[in-house]
Amino acid sequence: MKNLFDELNKDYRFKEGFHTCINCGTCTAVCPAAEFYCYDPRQIVSIVQTKDDQKIEELLKSDRIWYCGECMSCVTRCPRKNGPGLVIMALRELSIRLGYFVESEKGRQMLPLTHALTGNILNYGYCVHPKSFKWEDHKESGPVFKWHLEHLQDSMARLGANYDGDGPGVLRRIPKESLDELKAIFDVTGGTERIKHVEQCSAKKAKEMGMTDEEYEKMAFEYCSDKHFNN
Amino acid sequence: MIYEGKQKIWSDYQKEIPDDHWYYVRSCIRQNFFPASERMFTEITRNVLGKDMYETPFHTTCGGIAYHADTIPQETVMTIVARQFALMTEAGYENYCPSCITSFGNYAEILETWREFPELEARIRENLWKACRREFNKPKYLAHTSDLIYHWREQIREKAKHLLINRETGEPLRIVEHIGCHYAKMFPHKGVGGAEYPYVLAGMVESWGGEVIDYPERRHCCGYGFRQYHVKANRGYSVSNTHKKFESMEPFHPDAIITNCPGCPYFLDRWQYVIAEQTGKTYGRNGYGIPVFTYEELAGLVLGYDPWDLGLQLHQVAVEPLLDKMGVEYDPKAKYLGLNKEDLMKPEMPSSIKCC
Ligand code: SF4
Ligand code: SF4
Repeated sequence: MKNLFDELNKDYRFKEGFHTCINCGTCTAVCPAAEFYCYDPRQIVSIVQTKDDQKIEELLKSDRIWYCGECMSCVTRCPRKNGPGLVIMALRELSIRLGYFVESEKGRQMLPLTHALTGNILNYGYCVHPKSFKWEDHKESGPVFKWHLEHLQDSMARLGANYDGDGPGVLRRIPKESLDELKAIFDVTGGTERIKHVEQCSAKKAKEMGMTDEEYEKMAFEYCSDKHFNN
Repeated sequence: MIYEGKQKIWSDYQKEIPDDHWYYVRSCIRQNFFPASERMFTEITRNVLGKDMYETPFHTTCGGIAYHADTIPQETVMTIVARQFALMTEAGYENYCPSCITSFGNYAEILETWREFPELEARIRENLWKACRREFNKPKYLAHTSDLIYHWREQIREKAKHLLINRETGEPLRIVEHIGCHYAKMFPHKGVGGAEYPYVLAGMVESWGGEVIDYPERRHCCGYGFRQYHVKANRGYSVSNTHKKFESMEPFHPDAIITNCPGCPYFLDRWQYVIAEQTGKTYGRNGYGIPVFTYEELAGLVLGYDPWDLGLQLHQVAVEPLLDKMGVEYDPKAKYLGLNKEDLMKPEMPSSIKCC
């Protein structure tokens, strides 16, 4: 096993966001994730600061590193210029790289997230796109959005969008040559490899849990046990 | 003393914003949920203010949401951004304005990281060349599109048809300003007014006649949290944080909320609907919620555009209470009509919060 702290230290987010922590708890006081989940960014930074590989490995396999919303509110307020949110990003990166993410309920969400977001980027050139936005999975978008999606072409035209059209404008179709460039960027920078890696680790875990890939992905997207909450 | 301290902080966070020739890049979230706001931004800047706001059809997502949901490596997002800069360079521009706050934060973070670690910038340049055969200059100026509306706020005021003033009482309307977290929380000097006293939206509200409300959770996140919304199992995080904000602002009786991030108005609008449907609670008067606006929508109302041309029919919380207070004329029957008054039927009405 590589030295985990040294591995973290190679990450630019870690280099930027990890300095001596005085355990003041300011980050936890302003953190929206700590509001909701059993989560304490102070404790995360404190554990990493011990440089104890066993404790860091436990973190990488736990739900705790997946609670943060990456809002970066903690970055503004830390008196020591730490960025617990940035430390979290580095921990997540390492957890994914080592395949530890499949060991926690929240970590397993990497599969549906990866499919949804990288799928949108590579297929459409957007992070979010109406063609993959299923209202049934987003009932909070309300009856107004259901109506909008049911009349998508007409509603978009009324709103002055260039939906799926050529040339510039709102929600224009991204030209094929631009999508090809995005794919090439994914290939060159490890984005494509990352997708495959998440899929492979997830498939192995699904088998171990006695599930099909589809059952595993659905569970990761929808299931929430009650152990995560603050109250 | 305290006032002087604030003045000092404020003077530290002034930001130079060139007056013209901007290279414009769109926001994934704003295009999906507030499409008319982006159309209105180019309409106002080009046709009302006469500015050069260039857009190429070849630009794409910046990858920021995928990056903050941890689904793409840092080098991938940086190289996507490098390609965006290459398109700007090829078009002959050096002032770069993204419509999205996640993008704005993403660009700011990347430029800062490259400044600190030049070897990483060199590697990204190689990546971009290998993948796309492109080269780039970094932007000379980076501004969020709300910075630009802030910069031109007095010109908008000069052309105003309606102000943020209650036409019955003559009192200023009471407005909550909500700044997207990635606007200045990471790099306070990149935002107008910094992270503690951001002035970008407050400046618009004051110029257009309104009064800004201070309330305890003013700087709290809307609750987006990237993976905390995109995964269905996590959405309690998102609604809980919105709930916290509304409970905190309720005693101050806001007439409206103005936002600069494309995600925040979606969450602040839709979670009000969900809270109402789940608990029966509404935060406005008489079964209405508190209407939430993008800065383009509010600028459009001030300039006298038709509310349905501004896309306000896509909100789940009724905007009509604010329109009535401002004295904006509108045709309620035209709210859900398509182009050329085509009948597109109507959305169902929620049971616990008024939508019209
Ligand atoms: S605010 Fe900074 S110094 Fe204080 S506990 Fe958090 S990381 Fe440590
Ligand atoms: S970035 Fe994460 S740890 Fe920091 S305040 Fe936001 S949710 Fe909390």
